[in-house]
Amino acid sequence: MSSLPSDPGAAMDAAPSQPRSKTDLFLSFTVLALQGFGGVLAVVQRELVDKKRWMTREQFVEDWAVAQIMPGPNVVNLSMMIGGRYFGLAGALAALSGMLAIPTVVVLLLAALYGGVADTPVAQGALRGMGAVAAGLVTATGLKLIGALGRNAMGLPVCIVLAALTFVAIALLHWPLLWVLLGVGGTGCGWAYVKLGAQAADHGGHGTGGRA
Amino acid sequence: MNIVMTQADWLGLFQHFASLSLLGVGGAITTAPDMHRYLVTQQHWLDDAQFTSSIALAQAAPGPNVLFVALMGWNVGLNAGGGLAAGPTAWGLALLGVLVAMGGIMLPSTVLTYTATRWAHRNRELRAVRAFKTGMAPIVIALLIATGWLLTAAHDQPARDWRLWALTAVTTAVVWRTKVHLLWLIGAGALLGALGWL
Repeated sequence: MSSLPSDPGAAMDAAPSQPRSKTDLFLSFTVLALQGFGGVLAVVQRELVDKKRWMTREQFVEDWAVAQIMPGPNVVNLSMMIGGRYFGLAGALAALSGMLAIPTVVVLLLAALYGGVADTPVAQGALRGMGAVAAGLVTATGLKLIGALGRNAMGLPVCIVLAALTFVAIALLHWPLLWVLLGVGGTGCGWAYVKLGAQAADHGGHGTGGRA
Repeated sequence: MNIVMTQADWLGLFQHFASLSLLGVGGAITTAPDMHRYLVTQQHWLDDAQFTSSIALAQAAPGPNVLFVALMGWNVGLNAGGGLAAGPTAWGLALLGVLVAMGGIMLPSTVLTYTATRWAHRNRELRAVRAFKTGMAPIVIALLIATGWLLTAAHDQPARDWRLWALTAVTTAVVWRTKVHLLWLIGAGALLGALGWL
């Protein structure tokens, strides 16, 4: 899974598969959203990268970076980006409504039923258990994506330092997300800009797509 | 609780969520404190219990967490219509609340994100665009792991919570290394919890 690519340019540009239609987008994202207890991201990574193969792991990380930085719900942003890429505005709207329409109905139905069982130990216990599983899902998604950093232009050691700084700032020091994004993220982007420039100069004229 | 919502109030509700929409980097949940200030403290459209249960319920339910905003709109509408038992008028107002609240929180961020990401996709070979994605990749991966850590650390009494930590650790290993369907894991967690083993 994490072996180095022999042809990085090709691997970057072409996902093995793609959504067939706007209906496919709507239904796929509805199914994804309805499986997402305690966050949809783990399901999105599993389904879109591992199963449907609409995107490679590297594409997923890149798109996720953008989806996370933009305002709005991350997974909804990601769904719009994917929909928009294949079918333009209509595709983005199909993906967006897939993410929101049926799940909204479900959550409203749950709200209507909730009053009766909310305080029972069984319901409380089940929520506790699902919460612990959800924490594991998101952690595992992060661990799996580390493999995508092997092909990052900044090099693996720099990536690990940036990731470690981010983890410490957010998880241990509880710094505000915006500061971390601007500080550590800004540093990363600046360094990547320098490295990509140097790489382009090295490769000058070969036109390999420069992803190594 | 019972409230009266005028047209201007509905517009105010829309505007409030719309104004928070672009601030929700990292998810709409980061703007929840300001929603509480407006909906509960200032306007008295929701009580504390409704506000809290809207967030808790949306996080337990399937789907994006932003649906807690739909539940807030739903509860505002129900309060305006006299409660769930008051019949179709109240349900209609509750649905109006869902549309107003979700429209407000989604519309600005959606338009901005769509426009920006289309631009970025068209210009994906630009050095600045590639530098952004390359530079941010390790940060966003670390954020996922940090999220898992924070969710776990919220349970901070070892004597009582060690079983939760163990479940999280096992789930992490299983998802990382196998292709077991995620719903089985969610179901197993719910079952273990319901049986009182956590």
